[in-house]
Amino acid sequence: MRVLGIETSCDETGIAIFDTEKGLMSHIVYSQIPIHADYGGVVPELASRDHIRKTLPLVKQALAEAGCGASSIDGVAYTAGPGLAGALLVGAAIGRSLAFAWGKPALAVHHMEGHLLAPMLEANAPQFPFLALLVSGGHTQLVRVDGIGRYQLLGESIDDAAGEAFDKTAKLMGLDYPGGPLLAKLATLGDAKKYPFPRPMTDRPGLDFSFSGLKTAAANVIAAEGKTPQVQADIAASFQQAVVDTLVLKCRRALKETGLKRLVVAGGVSANQSLRLQLADLMQSMKGEVFYPGKEFCTDNGAMIAYAGWQRLRAGQAQDLSIGVTPRWPMQQLPPV
Amino acid sequence: MKLLALDTSTEACSVALQYDGQKLTLDEVCPQQHSKRILPMVQQLLAESGLGLNQLDGIVFGRGPGSFTGVRIGVGVTQGLAFGADLPVFGVSTLQAMAQAAVRLHQAKQVIAAIDARMAEVYLALYQQSADGLMQPVCEELARKPAELPPLTLAGEICAVGTGLVTYRDVFLQWASDTQLKISDQVLLPSAQDMLTLAVPAWQQQLFVAAELAEPVYVRDEVTWQKLPGR
Ligand SMILES: Nc1ncnc2c1ncn2[C@@H]1O[C@H](COP(=O)(O)OP(=O)(O)OP(=O)(O)O)[C@@H](O)[C@H]1O
Ligand SMILES: [Mg+2]
Repeated sequence: MRVLGIETSCDETGIAIFDTEKGLMSHIVYSQIPIHADYGGVVPELASRDHIRKTLPLVKQALAEAGCGASSIDGVAYTAGPGLAGALLVGAAIGRSLAFAWGKPALAVHHMEGHLLAPMLEANAPQFPFLALLVSGGHTQLVRVDGIGRYQLLGESIDDAAGEAFDKTAKLMGLDYPGGPLLAKLATLGDAKKYPFPRPMTDRPGLDFSFSGLKTAAANVIAAEGKTPQVQADIAASFQQAVVDTLVLKCRRALKETGLKRLVVAGGVSANQSLRLQLADLMQSMKGEVFYPGKEFCTDNGAMIAYAGWQRLRAGQAQDLSIGVTPRWPMQQLPPV
Repeated sequence: MKLLALDTSTEACSVALQYDGQKLTLDEVCPQQHSKRILPMVQQLLAESGLGLNQLDGIVFGRGPGSFTGVRIGVGVTQGLAFGADLPVFGVSTLQAMAQAAVRLHQAKQVIAAIDARMAEVYLALYQQSADGLMQPVCEELARKPAELPPLTLAGEICAVGTGLVTYRDVFLQWASDTQLKISDQVLLPSAQDMLTLAVPAWQQQLFVAAELAEPVYVRDEVTWQKLPGR
């Protein structure tokens, strides 16, 4: 079975083709970052306007790069949520209509299930069951995963997501949008012990997170110490350490409580090097194994959508002719495969 | 020539199919439900005609102006259908389609078409019938506050169509007080059947283009979003 995947939930247009025998045949990500940079964040209407220009040309390009004709596609998967309603509707309208014209089934994919399953595109894919840490621009969740569509939410952020905290703090420091990766780079030059940022909600039981206080703490330091390059680097390092410590502590707790030995980390923040180093230590001490998506599949991409869609389409699931999108969509509502 | 037309730009969701001298039309008013209704409606008309999508010659779409999201749903569906069935496409103005409806229903010779554009504005354009019976624009499409319309350049009898005329009836009557303005109570929203009428000559002039060139016309293009300081 060969599936075309379309991702337009936010500020990336991602298109990919995944095949049962051949694996990932092509994948293209077009980023809108330059469009939104002047605004310091994603402008939803501008995102939608760009998706409608880019999606179909990229579909054609992905087919050409895969060297396969449109008639060899057996199904179309598109992100239907969570995300920006207008942006989602572009990919959903094009994807659903393409499938209709081809006479092939379509599948509305959950974006976070895409992130969650992205490590399965790697050679060393995790087996079920596992614990998943989803850390992205919009989500910070710990999920027990017993199979596709068998998800139990163990904890999540009660305010800002980890990636959002990176981006907001970076913005305060005057870094360009999206500041998360830039802040992480700056952190390599700083002293992570310089400023004692809070580790929110680590001193009490439970698996929820809270990151909104961190940007306030960072703002206070900037107000007190100014914005010299060294202060910037030290804030970045100390901030990053606080986030990573918190994530690692909750992972340890969740692994202990569930008895699981495999940890899957996905979403944009899973690209963070400091997080990866400390989770490696954790898993070594717990005699477990940690799995990541390939670097290019940490942030939004079409490959993870094609793959998640392929998993469900080959199990016979499909979407009717309505082009529904679900901007807010708890992952636990997905049907099992 | 066999053409499918579809439009989701306004509160209306409309599909029409023209083949072998026949014309089938489905008009629904279903705010917020276009994305759910549009493909089932297309499927229904295809089934009634007994035609498959790839037996058609082209797809006509309402290219706006209208709700940004609504226009994009129509363009996205058009792109998907047309690329999937290897068909060319042609975009028709929603305002012009309403002007053409005024010919069909009121034998109008001159038309003011206006769509309520929210934010206290209307999308507006003026049309005159040309020798071939088609409505042609005599000004650019505008997004304006009704109180700030440019001076009216038409005289005599004018048919007024669209939701903009309902919302701002008195303002328009005042604006056009030197003319005989007749506000239509039948033409409030665009219908895909009138887009077919306008697309036929375009087909003959080979103006249909590849699917990925299907583009929305928003009219409201000025950027109103707040940039960072210094950008
Ligand atoms: N190396 C890094 N260190 C920290 N954060 C990073 C790094 N690389 C990317 N990010 C963050 O990852 C986020 C983007 O990830 P992703 O594209 O998965 O999120 P999203 O799609 O915006 O949100 P969601 O998937 O929750 O809808 C941004 O917040 C970005 O700052
Ligand atoms: Mg994402």
